[in-house]
Amino acid sequence: MATASALQRESRSISELEGLSRQARRLILESVHKSGAGHIGGPLSVTDLLVSLYFAELRLDPNDPVNEHRDRIILSKGHSSIALYTVMALRGYLPVEELATFDQINSRLQGHPDLTALPGLDMSTGSLGQGLSAGIGMALGARLKGDDFHTWVILGDGEIQEGQVWEAAFVAARYKLANLTAIVDANGLPQFGWPDPSGHTRETPFDDPAAKFRAFGWNVIEVDGHDHAALLAAWAEAKAYTDGPTCVIAHTVKGKGVSFMEGNYLWHAQVPTQDDLDKAGLELADPEERS
Amino acid sequence: MSANDVQMREAWGQGLVDLGAQYRNLVVLDGDLANSTRADMFHTAYPDRFFEMGIAEQNMLGVAAGLATTGYIPWISTFAAFLAKRALDQIRLVIAQPGLNVKMAGSYSGLLTSKTGKTHQSVEDIAVFRAMPHVVTIAPADAVELRSAMAAMMEDERPTYIRITRDAGPVVVPDGYEFEIGKAVLLRDGADIGIVSTGVQTSRALAAADLLEIAGVSASVLHVPTIKPIDVDAIVALADRTNGIVSAEDHSIIGGLGGAVAEVLAEHRPTRMRRIGIQDTFGESGPNDALLEKYGLTPNHIVEAVNDLLALTSVTTR
Repeated sequence: MATASALQRESRSISELEGLSRQARRLILESVHKSGAGHIGGPLSVTDLLVSLYFAELRLDPNDPVNEHRDRIILSKGHSSIALYTVMALRGYLPVEELATFDQINSRLQGHPDLTALPGLDMSTGSLGQGLSAGIGMALGARLKGDDFHTWVILGDGEIQEGQVWEAAFVAARYKLANLTAIVDANGLPQFGWPDPSGHTRETPFDDPAAKFRAFGWNVIEVDGHDHAALLAAWAEAKAYTDGPTCVIAHTVKGKGVSFMEGNYLWHAQVPTQDDLDKAGLELADPEERS
Repeated sequence: MSANDVQMREAWGQGLVDLGAQYRNLVVLDGDLANSTRADMFHTAYPDRFFEMGIAEQNMLGVAAGLATTGYIPWISTFAAFLAKRALDQIRLVIAQPGLNVKMAGSYSGLLTSKTGKTHQSVEDIAVFRAMPHVVTIAPADAVELRSAMAAMMEDERPTYIRITRDAGPVVVPDGYEFEIGKAVLLRDGADIGIVSTGVQTSRALAAADLLEIAGVSASVLHVPTIKPIDVDAIVALADRTNGIVSAEDHSIIGGLGGAVAEVLAEHRPTRMRRIGIQDTFGESGPNDALLEKYGLTPNHIVEAVNDLLALTSVTTR
């Protein structure tokens, strides 16, 4: 039985984080290709957020995944599960080879995160809009016990259309939960949504989430969700705020890292072909491997 | 209602207070109804472990799930009507699927909800929870059984729904009775007919058995406080030694106790049945007696069903 002392926060350099992000994106594309199903656009938009949290912020121990003092992380936008599994694999929660079982029968890597399947998942998600409420429960639990773990919840900007998110936003502010941070992966594109007048893309699913969270009494930080240095600063700023919960609006690009997927809502859940993988692989290669 | 009747919701509130002393990890979440459900008694005793969640049931159930992962045992305080429907997807995703230890108390269940009418009556909550994998479903008969069931729930780690009624009723379980999850209890033995009942309807089943005895019919009354997991052996044994089964519940005849008993008997011992309960309809506001009469829940309705079944049985066996 590991003790609290086994928990640790990694502190990778910016260039290491960027390399991990490229590696994670390559693995995400491969896994969805092999599985023949799954989402692409959302996992690629959330990748840097997860890499940053797992490799530079969260206090955890992959060998003791349910340590009661660990920081909690909930991927409320559960359809980006492959990004979570991939980053957890890189962090040592599971063998990277296991990513090949994604979405397969008896796999620990279910289509949407199932906390009973894979130790280290802090909440089951998939039906949207529910993660923030569970995060409130964890933050209240920490306060009641006098434990200093922090709870992080990642939401999609389409997901926050769900009314329950705003029930939760109200209650989190009412209890001034400074040990809770919501992160909105604001990639600006829904699965289908409302057509943009141009006809080629979609209107943003939710206008100005920063203003709405502020109106509900939250401290709000806006950040480029693909800038690792800026993300580290955002996490620090979120935790330094002690008067209530913080929401980090991370402005991201759906399909980030692959030029022909970026900003194209049709890549929400399209399965890449081998040809797509080859092209994407070139764009996501590490600099030293490019020629 | 007699002077000896005990209010189930008062018993629930006191039960929370007493269990709260014993279990320091018991917490209560309220959907702004604590002074109706009587969770306010726990709030008075343990304000630090009472969390007002406001009129937002979906969030409340999610918060409960999060608390459960940190080692607390949350009890939910709201009305059955809202719990079983307004927060159903939350119960499914973050409580039932992960099997988290949340105790969901649905107050004001059934038809008798102080003249609030169909919006607040809950006639399908047992069916809803019984269909949900992993969720234990309990409907105690009276305040004494409720207290015993609450204690048993604290020693069980499964997510559980318990159905509570608003108004006072008679105590029907015997002295020294101890509730056990999944165990039915034979409250009265008789050879002619078996009445299987749950929740507060059991007191009316016993009243029906009294009426039947006067008419020369001996009826068993098997009280089934746990609808899931159901006591198959007790129900089959009752069917074995009687001439038919009448189910009785303050709930829809579809999917609740009647449905569960019919499933058990169809698989294990095909038996003629009648189901007393709400006949696939919603209720309305009105005084308790008028509601019981109009919606077919009185002891006389049970007696009629028994007579109907016995007449049919004697015809077919002749």
